[in-house]
Amino acid sequence: MERPAWAPQGIDITMPSVSRIYDYYLGGSHNFEVDRDAARRAMEFMPGLPKIMQANRAFMRRAVRFAVDEGITQFLDIGSGIPTFGNVHEIAQQADPDARVAYVDHDAVAVAHGRAVLDGNEKAVAVSGDLRKPLDILGSSEVNGLLDLDRPVALLLVAVLHFVEDAYDPYTAVAELRDALAPGSVIVLTHASYEGMPIPAEQAGQTVGVYKDIRNPLIMRSRDEIARFFEGYDMVEPGLVPMPRWRPDTAPEEEDPYTFSGFAGVGRRA
Amino acid sequence: MSGEPDGPEDRVRRFATIWSRAVFPVTATSLTRPEFEQQLVPLARRLRAALHERVFDAAEGQAIGAALVGTHCTDPEALSRTLDCVDAYLVLYCGDEGPQEELRARSARLQHALAAGFAAALQERTLAEQEAISRAALNARSAVAEALHASEARFRAVFHGAAIGISIADLTGTVLEVNDALVRMFGGLENQVRGGNVAEWTHPDDSPHVWKLYEELVRGEREHYRVEKAFYRPDGTVLWTNLTVSLLRDADGVPQYQLALMEDTTERRLLNLRLRYEATHDALTGLPNRTLFFERLEKALAAGDGARFGLCYLDLDGFKTVNDSLGHAAGDRLLVEVADRLQSCATAPGEMVARLGGDEFVALTTGSDTEAEVDDLAGRIMHALSTPIRVEGRELTVRGSIGIVEGPAGERGAAEVLRSADITMYRAKSAGGNRFELADPEADARAITRHGLTTALPAALERGEFFIEYQPLVHLGDGSVRGAEALVRWLHPQHGVIGPDRFIPLAEHTGLIVPLGRWVLEESVRQARTWEARHKDAGPLRVNVNLSPMQLTHPNLVSDTVEILERSGLEPGALCLEVTESALIGADDDLLKPLRRLSEMGVDIALDDFGTGYSNLANLRRLPVSVLKLDRSFTQGMQHFPADPVDLKIVEGIVGLAHSLDLAVTVEGVETGAQADQLRELGCDTAQGWYYARPGPPDQLHELALADATS
Repeated sequence: MERPAWAPQGIDITMPSVSRIYDYYLGGSHNFEVDRDAARRAMEFMPGLPKIMQANRAFMRRAVRFAVDEGITQFLDIGSGIPTFGNVHEIAQQADPDARVAYVDHDAVAVAHGRAVLDGNEKAVAVSGDLRKPLDILGSSEVNGLLDLDRPVALLLVAVLHFVEDAYDPYTAVAELRDALAPGSVIVLTHASYEGMPIPAEQAGQTVGVYKDIRNPLIMRSRDEIARFFEGYDMVEPGLVPMPRWRPDTAPEEEDPYTFSGFAGVGRRA
Repeated sequence: MSGEPDGPEDRVRRFATIWSRAVFPVTATSLTRPEFEQQLVPLARRLRAALHERVFDAAEGQAIGAALVGTHCTDPEALSRTLDCVDAYLVLYCGDEGPQEELRARSARLQHALAAGFAAALQERTLAEQEAISRAALNARSAVAEALHASEARFRAVFHGAAIGISIADLTGTVLEVNDALVRMFGGLENQVRGGNVAEWTHPDDSPHVWKLYEELVRGEREHYRVEKAFYRPDGTVLWTNLTVSLLRDADGVPQYQLALMEDTTERRLLNLRLRYEATHDALTGLPNRTLFFERLEKALAAGDGARFGLCYLDLDGFKTVNDSLGHAAGDRLLVEVADRLQSCATAPGEMVARLGGDEFVALTTGSDTEAEVDDLAGRIMHALSTPIRVEGRELTVRGSIGIVEGPAGERGAAEVLRSADITMYRAKSAGGNRFELADPEADARAITRHGLTTALPAALERGEFFIEYQPLVHLGDGSVRGAEALVRWLHPQHGVIGPDRFIPLAEHTGLIVPLGRWVLEESVRQARTWEARHKDAGPLRVNVNLSPMQLTHPNLVSDTVEILERSGLEPGALCLEVTESALIGADDDLLKPLRRLSEMGVDIALDDFGTGYSNLANLRRLPVSVLKLDRSFTQGMQHFPADPVDLKIVEGIVGLAHSLDLAVTVEGVETGAQADQLRELGCDTAQGWYYARPGPPDQLHELALADATS
């Protein structure tokens, strides 16, 4: 029998969480031993994993600033994880104090932490939601209470889609989100890929196996497959590229080789 | 803000650049390196100031270490690289022209303080983050617990508020949980249901598979089943349910509980039973109706080896008269009483009585010895009807005719059996009624149901399936042919030639006798005219045509006859209409008027079947008849020599009476020469019978008459 929508998911902190593993990679301590153990095992095969995460954060920072420059002041960050530092609301509200940010994650601990961090910030909320059920997110009273979906929104799907298996139809989910956004909205997206990895795919596959073990499979997609998430949106220059190459502030050549794994891009709804 | 080239500020910035290049690769910051460097510049200034402070302050070194953690340099490698950098470049870039040894010592102390401050800040930050994430986990858990609580509360509300009964039992059958609806179904006392055992909830109406399914389920071999099941309530009344039982397994698939959902169908079932009863019983008498009877008969006929059945098909004699004379209400009361009496005749197991409709009833007996039982049953029915029934102050004598069919099961279908019984009943009725007859397979084979013939009659007339045979009437005095009686036949496409005794009563009953009789009259008159034309020398040939009681009362009888005679040109005296004695019994003037008119015109009227009724002989003179036709029963005693003397006396008396009233006498059924001689001696005028000729085609008469003329 399928679980009714109003019956909550249980919380099992004996299972590693990708949010807390991410935090660990970023030098945070918002994690438990199970998370650190999984993170260390993954890093055995890909020592540069923290650099990839850091590059994700750096790209996101540039993209948020780009969005604010484009006049967008509303942000919907799905798969936000545990906000350690350099979060969307910090970046956006620094650029425009009126910027509003809704963080969405399906990890109840991440959401609870987000609520604690955002306590007192009236222009940011943390909401429990699942990327696989985009209509629930768009229809949630918390999101609608903060964002006006009739006006442009920057939708952030940073390092999250590679955790959605094809069986859950991520393309349809993203299409529903794309269709719901007002003209002028942008999608900010990064996605893991074997393309651009400085190590052999077999070796990277070992890391993928670790994520599989912790029941959070990491789905590597090709550039073409990733490009399909932007269907119907116009790609902002320079298009879908390795993270360090997206509108860099400093010479990409100085970046760690691992940061060229995967792709990043921003698309705009005409 | 950049200072003069190689001024103190410029040198501080150069130090910060070196520092940021060393540390940036091991930070987790999302800033660019130049941005990161900008964050280090103030720290570099503070380092320079601390280096030159008059009184060394370790706290400033610690603050700078803590600030480094604040820029998200949390990796121990960041500290190591910072210390390397301070050690190698601080005095070099920020030492100015001070005492080198003193500056180096201060740099070393600064490094110690910086390391201590970094460690303390990192520890604090780590603890704070650990606490934050733990609290987040706790908050999330309590949110989930709350949601679970709310969810369980909702489930409880669903469980207790559900309209269907729900119970949960363990696999040994012990009832663990019941909801309010289920308690209500069982009479309202929870403690009489909860804690009980499912296995005790048996009921005599349980089909064997109910408990087989149950066993399969608790053994884990079946996920669910659905049955209709009855339960006893504690007060002994019966609860009927649609029961669905499902097996509940734990997360590993091990069977844990059984979940029963039951819907109370007691009321619906009662309604269904009532509807079923109404659909299978006769509203007037309460007896089973045709539908139920057919079900039972079919069941009896489908029974296994050695099983037999006996069927009595009863039709009341003269019931129509009761309805017509006393009204339908009285007729209904009569039927109810008959039904009660029949019911009391069939009380043994395997016996049943049903009403098929109208005044037709059936009684069925089943078993192995129905050969004897069915006779007995028919006898009991006849006996039960023998006592008069009192309806509206009148004692009504009820008689019935019964057709019996008896035989082994498995040979015939229900419809065939019932048809046979119907035919046999009709045979009993034809034989005078108030009796029972046993079905005869040969008679059945020939039999044509009344129904079949009745419905075929109108089309038969249209299609010209009827034809007429003529039986000569011979003058006893000289043996000459004087005419013939027209006898109608039906050439049925399936059954061949059918005699009038079989279809005239049906035609009379349906009213078809009027057009049929008119056709016979027309045809016979036309034939007589033909004879007349072809046979001038042989003297007048008369034609006798039968009139049925219904034709007799038909308003157009006279006008039709006149028209037919006129159209054909036949003399009225060449036509004789035969009317049965019984049709004229008690006839009043209205009935006799048409006959008088015809008689006055010259048409002869014959009184047919004379002697079978109980006519008032004195009445004879009042009737407009000119011929008496003696019934064949009088002549039967004369077939052999010597003739029955009593018969002789009677016929002699009748002939004398007739002649004295100026009536001619015709005898029927003359089959031997001895009879003919006797009747001639007794003074009879005309005769007909096989001795002279059987009924035949019109030409036969022509030939006979011709033979007379030439003899």
